[in-house]
Amino acid sequence: MSTTLLPDHETAEVLDRTIVARPSLRDTIDQSLAMAWRALKKMRRNPEQWFDVTLQPLLFTAMFAYIFGGAISGSVEDYLPIVITGILAQTALTACMATGIQLREDMDKGVFDRFKSLPIARIAPLVGPALADLIRYGTAATLTILTGVLMGYRPGGGVPGVLAGWVLTVVAGWSLAWIFTYFGTRARSAQAVQGISMMVMFPLTFLSNAFVPAETLPSWLEAFVNVNPVSLVISALRDLMNEGAVTANVGWALLGCGIVVAIFLPLAVRSYKKKV
Amino acid sequence: MTRLPDTDLAVAAAGLVKTFGEHRAVDQVDLEVRRGEVFGVLGPNGAGKTTTLKMLATLLPMDGGEARIFGVDVRREPHMIRQLVGVTGQYASVDENLTGFENLWLFGRLQGLSSARSRATASDLLERFGLTEARDKQIKAFSGGMRRRLDLAASLISQPPLIFLDEPTTGLDPRTRGQMWDTIRELIRGGSTVLLTTQYLDEADQLAGRIAVIDRGRKVAEGTPDELKTSVGSSTLQLRMSEAADTADAASVVRRVLGEEPVLTPEAGGMNAALADANRAADVLIALRQSGLSIASATVQKPTLDEVFMAITGHAAEDETDPQMEVAR
Ligand SMILES: Nc1ncnc2c1ncn2[C@@H]1O[C@H](COP(=O)(O)OP(=O)(O)O)[C@@H](O)[C@H]1O
Ligand SMILES: [Mg+2]
Repeated sequence: MSTTLLPDHETAEVLDRTIVARPSLRDTIDQSLAMAWRALKKMRRNPEQWFDVTLQPLLFTAMFAYIFGGAISGSVEDYLPIVITGILAQTALTACMATGIQLREDMDKGVFDRFKSLPIARIAPLVGPALADLIRYGTAATLTILTGVLMGYRPGGGVPGVLAGWVLTVVAGWSLAWIFTYFGTRARSAQAVQGISMMVMFPLTFLSNAFVPAETLPSWLEAFVNVNPVSLVISALRDLMNEGAVTANVGWALLGCGIVVAIFLPLAVRSYKKKV
Repeated sequence: MTRLPDTDLAVAAAGLVKTFGEHRAVDQVDLEVRRGEVFGVLGPNGAGKTTTLKMLATLLPMDGGEARIFGVDVRREPHMIRQLVGVTGQYASVDENLTGFENLWLFGRLQGLSSARSRATASDLLERFGLTEARDKQIKAFSGGMRRRLDLAASLISQPPLIFLDEPTTGLDPRTRGQMWDTIRELIRGGSTVLLTTQYLDEADQLAGRIAVIDRGRKVAEGTPDELKTSVGSSTLQLRMSEAADTADAASVVRRVLGEEPVLTPEAGGMNAALADANRAADVLIALRQSGLSIASATVQKPTLDEVFMAITGHAAEDETDPQMEVAR
């Protein structure tokens, strides 16, 4: 047998096969797609995974519109442009919270022992489900917008504005999901992820401009509301969908999402690697 | 170009250590597995078998020692090691939500096979492992034995040169266990190098060419099954007389020749006598003939591995069962 290592230790010949020291970008993409395929199969076979992106947006849209509509905007119709955009962000956030909880549940299963023992990129088991979940965010956004339209929401941005808002919702969901994916890799149990995620999610949604205009809040609260990434996304959604305008808010929202990914994606991969 | 020293060793591990808190689960274990052999790690539940395999498979960091697989450093090149070793864990690691075929297809894709190649290999393996009917069933519907077989199939997708089998039959009923042994034997005939762990002495005896006995994290003995049996010393002479009435006379002859008291086994109509050397059996038989005592049967038996284990570690091997597998059954 001849076993040789190149000086940079990138590849070696062992028993007539060439082995590599790390996966290539191409391998990483293929492996992530294979993991996304697995996540999709799982979703199809576990319908309860769809509750939070189907029933919840329907219920919340109707509930919030009828309860707060009169008090905040004078009428339900006037409140719809505010509440629809708020609920879009909120359901995206709930949906991506489930991403973290499900990852944790998944990691406790036997099959993850095999994933760990296979020569695959350590990022693939995390990116796979994240890709598959794009479908869930898309479903949640579509249903929320449709419910709104049925209730009388007439977005000022027209079809292009609404499409842009839809895309932004999905992008935001995918980006913020990395916060919860990180918790998923760190926490000891799925329940712990749920607990932590709730504690993060409530301030993020309710201390935002989702349901009430920020100006009506006390000034110290207004300061937090204005830097909350969820508020950034909601303001951008309002500009896109209600005004049809690509404003600085859109830029801030995308930047906010980018920063979240840049921080939490590497953290999640590192913490997953450590568990291995 | 750096050249690793040529090696005929599939696994070369020295001084492996793993501690969990205060507890030394693996304590200075050395292992050498040659290419093409089946090496058994034998020890009771909790001895450190799984922990040892996990360290070698890069699933657990080593706290001490070093290990090479086909010359590749386990600590420094984990990704390379994962391309050389197929791991079948103690608990089946397949996806409950997928069917048998989907599982194998996925593992093939993850290891760089094309979709078509992956499909073909998956079908081949399902057939080879007698799982064709279960092809499109979700794993949830699989029996314990089917899961184990699928798990084994899953670790063969990329045809790894070294296969780890962690307690492949723990928790299986005797019939399923026999099937699993056949499957493993077939694998061995294919020329793979196998490192297997087991709590069952007969399993190691049946499958492995060489055995390391570990107990409480330490290696306590190593050798072929025969060497281990011989190292414990005495074989046993089992005698049965034609006439039960001759038994007492025969016993006194045995005592005279061997200088030791035989153990009478009335239910078998005979006696067992310990032999320091198997050749002493002939002396006993000659003395019996000279005394005019007729024997119905005489056999010389080497000690079983159970006795070996008892002699080496001072306690029996199979006194503990694995509670988790009991439940899974
Ligand atoms: N993750 C862990 N944390 C703490 N102790 C562990 C862990 N894994 C194994 N052990 C302990 O290490 C010892 C060896 O375990 P293991 O390698 O699973 O034994 P075996 O496979 O031989 O039954 C046992 O005492 C077990 O309780
Ligand atoms: Mg074990």
